[in-house]
Order: sequence, then structure tokens, then C-alpha cells
Amino acid sequence: MITLEQTAHLAHLARLELTPAEIAELSGQLGAILDYMAQLQNLDLADVPPTAHAVNTANVLRPDQPVPSTLTEKLLEIAPAPEDHFFQVPQILREG
Amino acid sequence: MTASITTRYETIIGLEIHCQLGTATKIFCGCSTAFGAPPNTQVCPICLGHPGVLPVLNEQVLAFAVQTGLALNCTIAPYSKFDRKQYFYPDLPKNYQISQYDLPIAANGWLEIESPDEQGKFYRKRVTIQRLHMEEDAGKLVHAGAERLSGSDYSLVDFNRAGVPLCEIVSGPDLRSGAEAAEYAQELRRIVRYLGVCDGNMQEGSLRCDVNISVRPVGETRFGTKVEIKNMNSFNAIQRAIDYEAKRQITALENGERLVQETRLWDEASQRTVSMRTKEGASDYRYFPEPDLPPIQLTPDQIEHWRSHLPELPATKRHRYQEELGLSPYDSRVLTDERAMAEYFEGTVACGADPKLASNWITGDITAWLKTQKQDIRSLACRPSDLAELIGLIQAGTISGKIAKELLPELLANGGSPRALVEARGLTQVSDPELIGQWIDEVFAAHPQELSQYRSGKTKLFGFFVGKVMQKTGGRADPQRTNELLKQKLAP
Repeated sequence: MITLEQTAHLAHLARLELTPAEIAELSGQLGAILDYMAQLQNLDLADVPPTAHAVNTANVLRPDQPVPSTLTEKLLEIAPAPEDHFFQVPQILREG
Repeated sequence: MTASITTRYETIIGLEIHCQLGTATKIFCGCSTAFGAPPNTQVCPICLGHPGVLPVLNEQVLAFAVQTGLALNCTIAPYSKFDRKQYFYPDLPKNYQISQYDLPIAANGWLEIESPDEQGKFYRKRVTIQRLHMEEDAGKLVHAGAERLSGSDYSLVDFNRAGVPLCEIVSGPDLRSGAEAAEYAQELRRIVRYLGVCDGNMQEGSLRCDVNISVRPVGETRFGTKVEIKNMNSFNAIQRAIDYEAKRQITALENGERLVQETRLWDEASQRTVSMRTKEGASDYRYFPEPDLPPIQLTPDQIEHWRSHLPELPATKRHRYQEELGLSPYDSRVLTDERAMAEYFEGTVACGADPKLASNWITGDITAWLKTQKQDIRSLACRPSDLAELIGLIQAGTISGKIAKELLPELLANGGSPRALVEARGLTQVSDPELIGQWIDEVFAAHPQELSQYRSGKTKLFGFFVGKVMQKTGGRADPQRTNELLKQKLAP
């Protein structure tokens, strides 16, 4: 179960603008997903060590060696609003 | 008559310090971390958060984080992982920061500070380290002044800093004053500089400090409302911001106001803290394990390997200098502030120099010379063994301290054997009573008037005769012996 208020809060955190109808629809869908996942609670996992990761591997590291950034021009070019060598972003007004 | 009741308050302070780790490349990609490059020239699809890219942890970041954790007496986690911390801000290209949440690489440590109290007496205190974790830095917003004036609705962002490795170190709520907090921050800076993991440059932002502060009446065990202060770019600013904020909170409580949990900025210009925003709850970050980065598992052998490579740290040196070499807390502190100076001092003592004399020369004349010449002790031509030789010459009475001071600039600039220099210049101190006696007689002969004045009671002319002997001999006459002989000769 997920309440309309919880869905509205999540939408706000994700900066999504939802209509009341969408909030109601998504609450039902999210609730169904949570119920589906809740089946896992019925499994006996007493002997299974907890994991934080789906893949059974560890310590994937790379050496501290610079790789030249060859794509910088391209990356600026494909941005929604490049300006000189910067990316334009919305102005953050200082509150308070 | 009513007794005036004044509540005494105590200030509870904890610090969160971000250290930029001095690696060549970013934490999860091969982009350079060099400071001051033109905007957006050190970026790639990974640090800009493009879809489908795969971050890979820089092994040097892990090594630096573990070394710092060990130096702070932390327990290193045998199993650690990264998480996504989600929030929206234009300097954060992915809309989440890769950080560590519930399984940080290091936790439960402490560091020791040694600082003067209000009476100037040094005290030692252990400050707990709650945790240390690895994370990536964000980009840098550039607000051009002209845009602000024209009321433009956008900012510019430079992502060169996005993905630069950081170590966040969180202290316990153990600090009780602005001075103590500043000392803690300085000690942490010393440690990361000793380790060579961070240059500690506050102006360039490679060491950033956030303060958590609350006040409560003395005797109260619960914490008061916590306020976070940001934007202090010197140790002095940390101290002043805390002192200001503690006073502000106490005044508010005395006036019956309620404090709000918030973030405030230190404003250097007006010397006060100003409210920035009300703090969101921690759960709003919706941390979850970073699926693109596998966990980190460390064996006790790996951890011991790193531990065995730790240098001797400033607190241990301070103890040793005081307890084994008999130096004062003050001298120990000055000498150990920079690792290079401490090692120069230790090298000098290892060559047989008296520790107190070596300390005086290094923290006094040599430091002053380095400052005026804009030189670094690491590139000094005068080696610790040369300084030890100079100190030996003074102690043996071969040269006076005054002559040594005169020789010092030449020695520091060019190095070489002080003994050879003294001999080449004929500066050896003369203690031979016969020779000094002869010089005194010559001075008397040249100044008969002063001599008769002295004899008729003007005894303050004694210094005049000492000066003349020194002048005549270029400072080579042993001052003590000269004094004795003069007294004998002038005695009625």
C-alpha cells in the first residue's frame, strides 16, 4: 500500500509535476509493485548473508592514470544550452 | 533582595570536513583533477553523467581513504560500498552524488589535539571521528556579475571539479569552543598533509569545513537545536563563525525565542552568519546502493600493509619532542606543523645537535630566512648535518652565537661545512686570555679619556669597552672571557 500523500511527496522529490488523476493511478501501480516484491518476505533467508549488490564481485579498480578528455567540445555541443565553454543551467535563487 | 540567576551555556560543536584527495585523476573516470584548467576541459561522459557509462573506482582514492582512516585511528571496514545520494542542484550532473551511506570505508576513530587554553596552558584532548567516507565532488557554478545585474535567469557551470575525489570526515559532537574547533581542523589538515593525501589548501577549496553547532544549559544532557554553518575559508573564520553563532543562539534562547534547524552561511564581510535554507530531512536523499560499482572487500593483510606505511604523525611527534627531547609544548607544535620541518629538525638532532638549540635555530632564524627568501625547507642547501655542525661550533666555544647568526644566510643559501667557512674567514672565537688582554690594553691606550672617566666613577662605560674590543676583533673575542678580563683590569 502506498498513500496518495506518499506518491505526491515522491513526485515532488523527483521534481515531477503530476495531476491528481496521475497520482491516484501511480499510487495503485506503485502499491502493486511493492506487494509483488513483498512476496520475498515469505522466504526463509536465515542462512543467506545480506548483500548490497546483485553481482557477486568486489574491488573493481583502475589505476590513477589520466585519460585525455577528447570529447569536451562534442559534449558541450550536444548540451541543451552551451555558452562559450560553459553549460547554462537554471539560476538558483538564494532563499531566506 | 533577589539573587540574579544567570544560566550558563555550553556550546556543542561537530565538524564535517571534506578533503580533496590529491590524485591525478577523478574518482570514477580518467579525467585530470588539475586545478585551474579552462572551464569544462576536464570532463567526459562519465563525470557528466551521460546514460550508459560505467564508473570505475580509482585505486589511489581507496588507498588514500584507508590511509587517512588508519591515521585517524579508525576501524577500516572489511566490506564497504557506494550509494547514490539523490538531490537536484545544477552543479550535480547526474542528479545524484555517488557517496557512501551505511557502510563507510572507515569509522570509530579519534584524533588528539593539543592547544593552549585561555590561560595559555596547553591541554590535550581526544576528539572522536564518527566516520570517514569516499565521495565525488560536484561542479562549480559561475555567477557572472553582469548576468545578475541584468536579471538573467540562468547560471553557468564548470564541471571540471565534478567527480574529483573527496574524503568526508565527520567528528563527534566533542568540541566546545571556536578555538577548539579550529584546532581540530588544523590538526586534521596537518595529518592529511603528513600523509600526502590532500594539500589542505582552504583558499582553493581542497579542504572545506562545515560546522554543526548547538547550545544547551550546562548540566543538560540532551542536545539543543542544531544549526549548520558553511562557507568558512580559513581556520580563523571557523573560530569567528562559531563564536558568533554560539552568541546568537544563546541570545535567542535568553529572549525566549525558538531556534530552527537550518543551514547558515558565514558572511566574511559582515562577520556574521546568515540563514540560507531550512534543512531537509535525511531520508529525503533516498540513498540506495550504487548498482554500477561493486563493493569493496579488504583483507586484514591489505589493511596492515597500509598501516605499516604510515609516517609518524604530528601528535606522536609532539609527545616524543616533549617527553624524550625536553622541548616545550609550544616549540613541539611549531616544529611539527609541517612534516618537512619536523624531519629537518629530527635530522639535525640525529647528527648530534642539542634539541633545544636546534629547535631555536629552525623555528627562529631559519624560518624567518625562508620566509623572506620565499624558499622551502625541503630545498634548503644547508643540510641538517650542516646545521648540527654549526650548533656544535657554538657549543664548543669555537664561534660565538653572534658570529653564527652572521654566517647563517651564507650557509642557508649555499650550504657547505660551517667549520670550513669559519676557518676560511678567520672567524674562530678567541678565548686566549693573553691575546684578549692585549686587545683590552690597546683599547685602553686608544681611549684614555673614557678610561679616566670610568676610573672616576662613570662605570656604565663598561659596555663601551666591551663594544670596542668586539669591534676591534670582528666579534671574535669570547664575550664571557672579555667581560672577566675587563673587570679584572678595571678593578681599582
